[in-house]
This record gives sequence, structure tokens and C-alpha cells, in this order.
Amino acid sequence: MAASGNTSDVFAPWNDASATPLIRFEGVTKRYGDFTAIDNLTLDIYEREFYALLGPSGCGKTTLLRLLAGFEEATEGRILIGGKDISKVPPNQRPVNMMFQSYALFPHMSVAKNIGFGLKQEGRSKDEIAQRVAEMLTLVQLQEFAKRKPHQLSGGQRQRVALARSLAKNPKLLLLDEPLGALDKKLRERTQFELMNLQEKLGVTFMIVTHDQEEAMTVASRIAIMDKGIVAQVDTPAMIYEAPKNRYVSDFIGDVNFIEGTVTAQQDHEITLQSAAGQDFILHSDKPLAISSTAWLAIRPEKIAVSKEPPEDRRNKLQGIVDDIAYSGSISTYHVRLSNGDLIKAQMTNQRRLSNRAITWEDNVWLSWTDTAAIALTE
Amino acid sequence: MTINWRRFLLIGIPMIWLLVFFLMPFFIVLKISLSDMATAMPPYTPNYTPEAGIQGMVNLWQAFDLENFIWLLEDNIYWLSYLSSLQIALVSTLFTLLLGYPIAYALARSPEKWRGLLVLMIILPFWTSFLIRVYSWIGILKTEGFLNHFLLWLGVIDTPLAMINTNFAVYIGIVYSYLPFMVLPLYAALEKMDDSLIEAALDLGTTRLGAFWQVTFPLSLPGIVAGCFLVFIPAMGEFVIPDLLGGSETLMIGKTLWGEFFSNRDWPVASAVAIVLLMLLVIPILLFQRQQEKAQEAAS
Repeated sequence: MAASGNTSDVFAPWNDASATPLIRFEGVTKRYGDFTAIDNLTLDIYEREFYALLGPSGCGKTTLLRLLAGFEEATEGRILIGGKDISKVPPNQRPVNMMFQSYALFPHMSVAKNIGFGLKQEGRSKDEIAQRVAEMLTLVQLQEFAKRKPHQLSGGQRQRVALARSLAKNPKLLLLDEPLGALDKKLRERTQFELMNLQEKLGVTFMIVTHDQEEAMTVASRIAIMDKGIVAQVDTPAMIYEAPKNRYVSDFIGDVNFIEGTVTAQQDHEITLQSAAGQDFILHSDKPLAISSTAWLAIRPEKIAVSKEPPEDRRNKLQGIVDDIAYSGSISTYHVRLSNGDLIKAQMTNQRRLSNRAITWEDNVWLSWTDTAAIALTE
Repeated sequence: MTINWRRFLLIGIPMIWLLVFFLMPFFIVLKISLSDMATAMPPYTPNYTPEAGIQGMVNLWQAFDLENFIWLLEDNIYWLSYLSSLQIALVSTLFTLLLGYPIAYALARSPEKWRGLLVLMIILPFWTSFLIRVYSWIGILKTEGFLNHFLLWLGVIDTPLAMINTNFAVYIGIVYSYLPFMVLPLYAALEKMDDSLIEAALDLGTTRLGAFWQVTFPLSLPGIVAGCFLVFIPAMGEFVIPDLLGGSETLMIGKTLWGEFFSNRDWPVASAVAIVLLMLLVIPILLFQRQQEKAQEAAS
């Protein structure tokens, strides 16, 4: 099932035309009065995926999750789970469970009662519930906390109780609404890996809402970048980063520099772009671009080299003055001002100690990158 | 030093207040309850005058007896009054809860911009005198009153119902008058509840009703307890409502007490009735306080 069409061992059911998605959004629109939260959205999510919805606040990602959980009803369109339209199915009858941003643990119930709540509703026997609760407690390593009340736990422990509770019924799909938002950075990073391992072990499809791009990049098999109710791009983390479809996506994920220009030549995947200042840049494009159309060169800071001498072996180069240096330990980001006033960000790893750094403020430097480092964007 | 003074004032003022307006009157009433009735002014004996000195105090102490309390046990009118009051207060509290819970629930779930106005409407009746509001129920419930006219007009009944001067009218009066005291603590408990708890319960497979009984209701228990005590305690000693709306068969301790005091001019027995009533109320008040402490502990 998991094996896809072209490559046998890579998990990529979205490339397999014969694979049927677990979740399908068909032209889903959600309006609140005049405000359109979700605009004619079509999406496929496959079994065993770790699917991340990423976007700024108010982009509709939480609405999407609540549509799946059944707390909101779509204004238009259909939502299918396993091929079945669930638009009219109430939340308590959906094969979907949700982990809430606030955790929503029942404060009057013990940890064990919280985890067993969903099983109790199914009318399972006491022994069965106790056994499953013990299993879940082991899974999240909270065996000795079964009798505690939520207010007697730390933030990280509460997060794990919420996770255990939402997984206890073994849902087809687990929705996670900013699950790590309330944890501190170190704990968050550790929990990201725990989540990934858990997801792999259980084989449950996870759908996570986050506004933290690093988190999405780390955990997800695919990321949907959302913007004002529409999906700007759905792709693997690497493709989102290396081959963004437009300036919004490339700007949202990581840092990027743009140079506007006109396409003057194209040969296979190699494009020549002339900037307003009249300088030619060589860049890579997967799709053909019309000659004399407007396009943007997009280049990530870490792909730009900074040097004091003009690089001989590179065709893409710019001269400027170091305006600022942001030192962040392992790397330094150089803000270089060009003669036309534009700022370009370039990143270099700090291979030497800070005191031995060759480049400093107000230095005249050269920025350069290879022919394939930059990509062309048309929108 | 200044901090100590402020601390003293902070604790001292309510302490002095309680001493002057609660503890001292209580001891005066207690003293009268241990005295005997007299046709004099004041209408009880013995009396203590400062000139009598220490010997006077000893005499006073020796004259005290529990005669009035024994009398309360012997004449069953008092016991029946207490029991009847207890019954009326309990039943009214129950009905106030049954009526108040949906109101508080609706308030807590109403759109936020409406809530302030709706809560204001709950407490608005307080702007009108309590006495006037109870009087107006006479106009509604009496034989030629609004309610009978309305029911006759509807054709539900063909002879007017005797509602005024019955226990039914007393229940109506108490439930009506004390409803805000039930609604407000319930509203406070329900309003601070996180909506996502209900969503989580639904998400885990329970019905709306199941979510209510398993999540909303247990979490609103502190509000229920607070509301019930706020209604039960004053309802137990209520005098105005049974006097105006109740009939001759309506037996309530507040009415009995009034009768002893003003009709019989038996201050000592009236005081004994009041002391026993206070003792009967102190038990639920202490229960209430313990419950509040528990709730506070759980919250922290």
C-alpha cells in the first residue's frame, strides 16, 4: 500500500496516481458572514501521512482542522474520509480525534479518567478500558501519574496526557492544533521527535496545525502553506524550501532575497535574467519562461558566498558594502548594501573563531552564487 | 511599623464590625432567650443595671434557665414550623435551581456583546423594592388577579384558581425573589468554563447530553452549591413572602417568630426561636464554607 509508483521504498503516495486518499477536500469553502476563512479548497491527504498546515494566524488553518473534526460546517463543498462524505456527520461519530491547543483536559478527572473518557463513551468494559489506558500511559511514559489531576502536572506532562487521550480510541486521523505551542524551546524540539516516532510506530495519519515553520519542516511528510483561505503550495519540506512556487511561499519559509528582472534568454533549464540595473544573472528554472517577461530571481542567503576578492569561477556576482552582521553562533548573516540601495542577505558558517573573521563592517565585498543556486519565480 | 498598622486596620475593621453588629446582638438575643417573660418594659426579667455590681451579675446568672428552649420542644407548633420552613426552603431551592440553571447556561453561552446587558436584566429587579415586588404578586395571583383572568380567557379553567394565600404562592414568591442569587453564581461558574472542554468531549464520542452530564455539570458544582446556599439560607428564615402571599395554614418559622414577638409579646420565647433557627442555619453555612475552601484549594 505504502509503496508508490516510481520509487519503491520512498513514502510518497501523493505521486502514485492509483493511491486513494484518506481525506479529500472537494471545493470546500467556509464563510463567516462576509469573511471567507477557506476559499474553494481542494486537498488530498493520504494514509500514514504526517501532514502539516502552515501559515500566519488568520490564514484558515485552524478552520480547516475544525471542519475535519466536525465543529464547523462547510458553507460549500464536500469533505470525504475514506471515500465517505462526512459533511453531515456530527463530531462524536467521526473516526477523527483532536488534540486541542489548550489540551482541554477535564480538570475534574484524573489522568487515567481523561485518557479513558473516549473508550467509556464507546461502552467498553472496565477491564478493557483499564488495559488500554495502561497501554497509553506507557506509550507517553506517564505510568506513575495515572491518579493525578491535570492541575498537578507540568506543561509537558499535560501535553502528553492530551496526546494519549486523543490516541486512545485509535482514530484513523489525529488532528493536532498547535500541539507544542505551550512548551519551551528545548522541550518542543524533543517532543517533535517523539511525535514523529509515535506517528511512525502507530501508523495513524497525523494532521498538524502550526505557525512554526521549523516545526513543520521537522515533522511533516508534506506541508501545505496557507494564505488567506487558499493553499499556496503543498509539497515535501525539501521541495517547499528548494522549489517554492511563488514569492509568498519562498518568503514564508526561511529567508530569501529577490531580484526583479526581465527574461532575456532561455536554454533548457538555464535562464538569463536582466536586472533593472542592466546586470545579467544565470539561474535555474524547471518550466519555460517567455522571453522579455518579468520574473524574480530568488536566492536563499546560505547559498550566497561572501568574499573580499571578486570570485573568478562564478557568473552571478554583486558588489556591495557590509551594512550589518548578525552573529548567531554557528552562522553569521551579512546584510550587504548594493550600490542601488537594496539589501542582500548572505549567510556563512563560522568555520573560524570570531576574532579571526576576515570580513567586517563597511568592508567592500563580493556576493556570488552558482548557476543553479537561484530559481526563477513568476508570481 | 506602618505595615503593622495597616495590617491591624485591615483585619480590625471587619472584626469590630462583626463584634458590634453581629456578636453583641447575638449575645443580647441569647440573654433574652434565657430570661423569663414579664409584663414590664422591657418585657422580660431579670434585668441588669450597672449599679447592681458583681452581685447583680451573679443574680442574673442564677436567674437564667433553659425553660424557653424546653417549651419549644414541648409545643409542637415550633417543630412543625421549623420542618415546614425546611421543606419550603428546600423545595424552593430545588425549583430555583431547576429554573436558574438553564437561564445561567443560556447567559454563559450567549454572544459576548449581549452578556453584559443580559446579566444586567437579571439584577435589574433589585432596583425595585423587594416589598413592592412581593405585593405585585398578590395582584397577579389573587382570585380576580391577572393570572386567573388570563387562564379564564385562554379557556384552560372555568372557575378561578385559589392561588393566593396558599403554599403554592409562597413557592412562587420565593423562587421569583431569590432567582438572581441562584443565577449569578451559576453564571460565574459556567462562564469561565473553556468551550474546548465540551468540544473535546464531543470529539471523544459523547453526545451533547453526555458532555453536559460528564463535563459541564460536574464543573459547575461549586456554582450550584453557592447558589443553593444563597437561596436556602434566607428562604429558611423568610417572613415577608409567607406573610403576604401565604395563607393561615402556611407555617414558617419566620412567621411564628413574628407572632411570638408582636402578638404574644413573648420576647424570651421569640429569642429562643431565633437562636435555634440560627443554629440550624450555622450548620449549612459551615458546610458551605468548607466547600468553598475545598474549591479554592482545587483551583490553586
